[in-house]
Amino acid sequence: MHDSILTYAKSRYLWISLILLVGAIVAYVLHDPGGPPNGGTWLGYTLGTISALLIVWLMFFGIRKRQYLHNVGTLRGWLSAHIFLGSTLILLVLLHAGFQLGWNIHTFTYVLMLIVIFSGFFGLFAYLRYPSMMTRNRESATRDAMLDEVAEIDQNALSLADGIDPKIHAVVLRSIENTKLGGGVWTQLRAHDGSDLALESLHKALADREKKTESKTAEMPTMFAMVDFLAERATDKQGDAMRKLIDLISRKKSLATKVARDIQFQAMMEIWLYFHVPVSFALLAALIAHIVSSFFYW
Amino acid sequence: MAERFKIAIVGSGPGGLSAAARAAERGVSHVLLEAEDHLSNTIYRYQKGKFVMDEPGILPLRAPVPFKAGSRESILDAWNEGAQKLKINTKHKHEVSAIKQSGSGFVLTCTNGQSVEAEFVVMGIGLQGNIRKLGCPGEDLPFVQYQLDDPDEYEGEVIAVVGAGDAAIENAVALSKQNNVIIINRKDEFARAKKGNEAAILKAIEDGTIECYYNSGPERVDALSVGRKKGRMILNTANGKAQILLDRIIARLGATAPRGFVEGCGVQFPNKDPNSVPAISSQYESNVKGLYIVGALGGYPLIKQAMNQGYEVVEYILGEKVEPADEPLLKAKFQPMPGFRSVDEALKKVQANVKLLSHITPLQLREFMLDSEIRTPAAGEVIFKRNDYTNTFFSIVDGEVQIVLDEKDPKARVTLRRGEFFGEMSLISGRRRSATVLAGPGCVLIETPRRSMNRLISSVEAVKREIDEVFILRAVQSRFAPEATSQQLMDVVSTAKLEKFKAGDVLFSEGEPGDCLHLVRTGSLTISRNIGGKDVVLSYVAAGNYVGEMALMGESLRSATARAAIATETVRLDGESFKKLVNKIPILRLRLQAEYRQRAAANLAMQAMPSGGDIISFLLAQGAGEATDILLIDESLCVRCDNCEKACAETHGGTSRLDREAGPTYASVHVPTSCRHCEHPHCMKDCPPDAIHRAPNGEVFIADNCIGCGNCERNCPYGVIHMAAKPPKKPGLLQWLLFGRGSGPGEAPYEKKNKDAAPKAKKAVKCDMCKGISGGPACVRSCPTGAAIRISPEEFPAYAQSRR
Repeated sequence: MHDSILTYAKSRYLWISLILLVGAIVAYVLHDPGGPPNGGTWLGYTLGTISALLIVWLMFFGIRKRQYLHNVGTLRGWLSAHIFLGSTLILLVLLHAGFQLGWNIHTFTYVLMLIVIFSGFFGLFAYLRYPSMMTRNRESATRDAMLDEVAEIDQNALSLADGIDPKIHAVVLRSIENTKLGGGVWTQLRAHDGSDLALESLHKALADREKKTESKTAEMPTMFAMVDFLAERATDKQGDAMRKLIDLISRKKSLATKVARDIQFQAMMEIWLYFHVPVSFALLAALIAHIVSSFFYW
Repeated sequence: MAERFKIAIVGSGPGGLSAAARAAERGVSHVLLEAEDHLSNTIYRYQKGKFVMDEPGILPLRAPVPFKAGSRESILDAWNEGAQKLKINTKHKHEVSAIKQSGSGFVLTCTNGQSVEAEFVVMGIGLQGNIRKLGCPGEDLPFVQYQLDDPDEYEGEVIAVVGAGDAAIENAVALSKQNNVIIINRKDEFARAKKGNEAAILKAIEDGTIECYYNSGPERVDALSVGRKKGRMILNTANGKAQILLDRIIARLGATAPRGFVEGCGVQFPNKDPNSVPAISSQYESNVKGLYIVGALGGYPLIKQAMNQGYEVVEYILGEKVEPADEPLLKAKFQPMPGFRSVDEALKKVQANVKLLSHITPLQLREFMLDSEIRTPAAGEVIFKRNDYTNTFFSIVDGEVQIVLDEKDPKARVTLRRGEFFGEMSLISGRRRSATVLAGPGCVLIETPRRSMNRLISSVEAVKREIDEVFILRAVQSRFAPEATSQQLMDVVSTAKLEKFKAGDVLFSEGEPGDCLHLVRTGSLTISRNIGGKDVVLSYVAAGNYVGEMALMGESLRSATARAAIATETVRLDGESFKKLVNKIPILRLRLQAEYRQRAAANLAMQAMPSGGDIISFLLAQGAGEATDILLIDESLCVRCDNCEKACAETHGGTSRLDREAGPTYASVHVPTSCRHCEHPHCMKDCPPDAIHRAPNGEVFIADNCIGCGNCERNCPYGVIHMAAKPPKKPGLLQWLLFGRGSGPGEAPYEKKNKDAAPKAKKAVKCDMCKGISGGPACVRSCPTGAAIRISPEEFPAYAQSRR
């Protein structure tokens, strides 16, 4: 049955992580290095080795995720462990260092690690928050279906506008050109599409037209009433078409907004990986530098 | 005066053509009558460039015209060439409308008014039937066509598509991209089409991309010589007549099944079942003396089989004795049978020993044996295990088998002996084996696959009756009272009846007096109660279980409504005789009461949260009632990473068999487009090489002998089967990860574009639930957040409750 990564297997990895942390803290408190606690004591080395191995193992997740034939545990179990055990590093590493921070490669490594971990926290947050929002936003349609509909509405709107007036046609065309879904990272994250531009100008055009007809009716001389009435039919039809056009464009607007939000949610669920993964490689490099440089203290 | 020949062959498909070729080769006077102006219309109408396979590979070809797996064109060319070389006397455009016996031969009348006489007739008209035409003047004008090869061929035309089935809709939608399409529907809805097609056409009509005339039929088609359009069609609509100016008419009205014509020739069918085939002798002769039937019409759908039969039938007519092409295969098959000497003898022994198989003709038995396996398990060997998902049928030719009623108690066993059969429960219900069966001493069995058995059941009434009788007895015995003797059950069994229900039919409703109970034989039921004016589903009852005992056990009125979730068959047990049985066997009462209590508790739990019932109703509305294992995605957990699709593609040669995004969602429960491994898989219905099977763990999979005909793709109501060619190999994961070589996980491998390359053999691909990969389905295992699960319908109530 369905349950989340956090409660996977009755939060087995949460408990393992807590035990690991408590064990490390107890050892740290009981341990008397005969000086300020640091990475050079036996406990420091032990914690450091555990942390370094953990980091390598955590990074292996990227490969494990793609090993579809791998059958040690489920990917969900791996992710659950990845999250909980990864989080323990924040404290494990501090205990390893004896809380000694400074302007050096060692602290730099720690900072990189924090960036990786907190970007991961954001990822977790996104994974917990956006899926349901995405479902609600979509209302059972697929993104492709929505995009198809947008394209279709554009076509219909254009042919409708064609029959009204070249000016309106130009407005609709511009609106279509301005509607951009997806695009750069920033556009994706901001969920902005340019589809609302046309609506305003259309509303304005309709209002103008109605004002004109009203004023005409008011001062219409009786003599030409008949003729004008007939003539009005044409413009009335145009008004109808106009209203239809506005309906279409409103529908498109709501669709485009939906698609843009859909893209936004997806982007939110992916963007953090662009920090999480590259920085973790930087972390690995810094970690190697940290380990190599530590040997010079000997 | 009609011409007279020795042999007239009707239909130039593989069977007919091969027969004509053999007759020509032997110098026998013959005529080949073909309705179209080309040979072999069924294959002619295949899509251009389609790769045609030559299954079964083990069967040798025996025909004067060549046949080798290859493209449609290469096969048709070879046949045309062969027909010319052998100087086959072919008469095209001769559609035979009647075959009458006269004196020592037959008179064949054609629709074009001509007729021929012949001493013998070979019918090889296949099952495709005659394409239904418009049925109005002008139906044969050059711009009226009954087929569409490539919708992209036409552009900027006004095209009327006539019909409301899947073919018509698919054509109309495809054409509407570049053309102005009008669809003409005789009815007021598109109910006959698949759901996806229905939705597509309704949307296109609503959007105005396709114009639709409902309740309309063509009255007349005229060619126009003036104006820009080639013709016009006059329609009879509900509001009077309408005229459409058009460039092209594409009519997709299906075909008339050939059965009516065949029956008109005097050939008898065993029953009304549309799947039944006429009974023919081992020399392909029907009940009408001198009239022979070969190929698909006689129940042999594969090209090679039909060609062999065409050859053999001419030999038989000439009075030659031919060893059937399958003789060496049967010999190999019977080899393990103790005391085997000759195939004929072995076949006789089978019919003498197994009463069930004594009802069928020798040819049917040959075919039956060709599909089946002879098994000679050692005493004590397991034939199948309880809860296996296999669905083959076993007949005992010799020796005995033991059915294990209780795994723990070695004494609780029933022995079946020579002549009896077993395995019918899973065959009928489509569910797991209900007991383990062990081989006894001297055991010789025939194991028959589901399709062959079902074909036999639907074509031989006596076989069906016998299996049904045994089924009822065994079902009652195993479900209620294993300890009862057949004598005690007599009363219940003799009053039992088989009942059929369509999806949605009510078996009984809440508040009615109860006078019977139903044992579900195939399909499944939902139990619901009316709570606050709303029907709330409380539980799901799968095949093998019973309903309606509550009203018999004490309460006199039905406490809930039972409804068929899908097409369902039940064994209806009469209330009075069942009560008597309960009184005779005290332990049965206790057993029923225990189950009753459990059910009442479960129902109460469901009633406490009616929203759970909504989830079950939603799932059942998606056809989950016939599933055995369905993929569900919790959209509140799914992070849309598509790792499931990638995993599927990576473990299955580069094509994903599931579409995560498509499919409906209710209360965050998403049913993606993926195989549900139905109890009675629709895809298995019409597979010429019988390539679709069910594995012991329940996976429905397609074996390598698939011929790529696409029937399963069309028959699957859930759209989960595709035709795909084998993709090229791609570099390993680390090569991609480190050096960016090839395409990434789950992406289609790069393929060099080569226009001149031979058409690739496309085969059907579908989910096989990662059978053969340890650890279970890759889609579920690779989901990082646990959003993807696979469950069976029995788990629906528990699942619904787990989602508050």
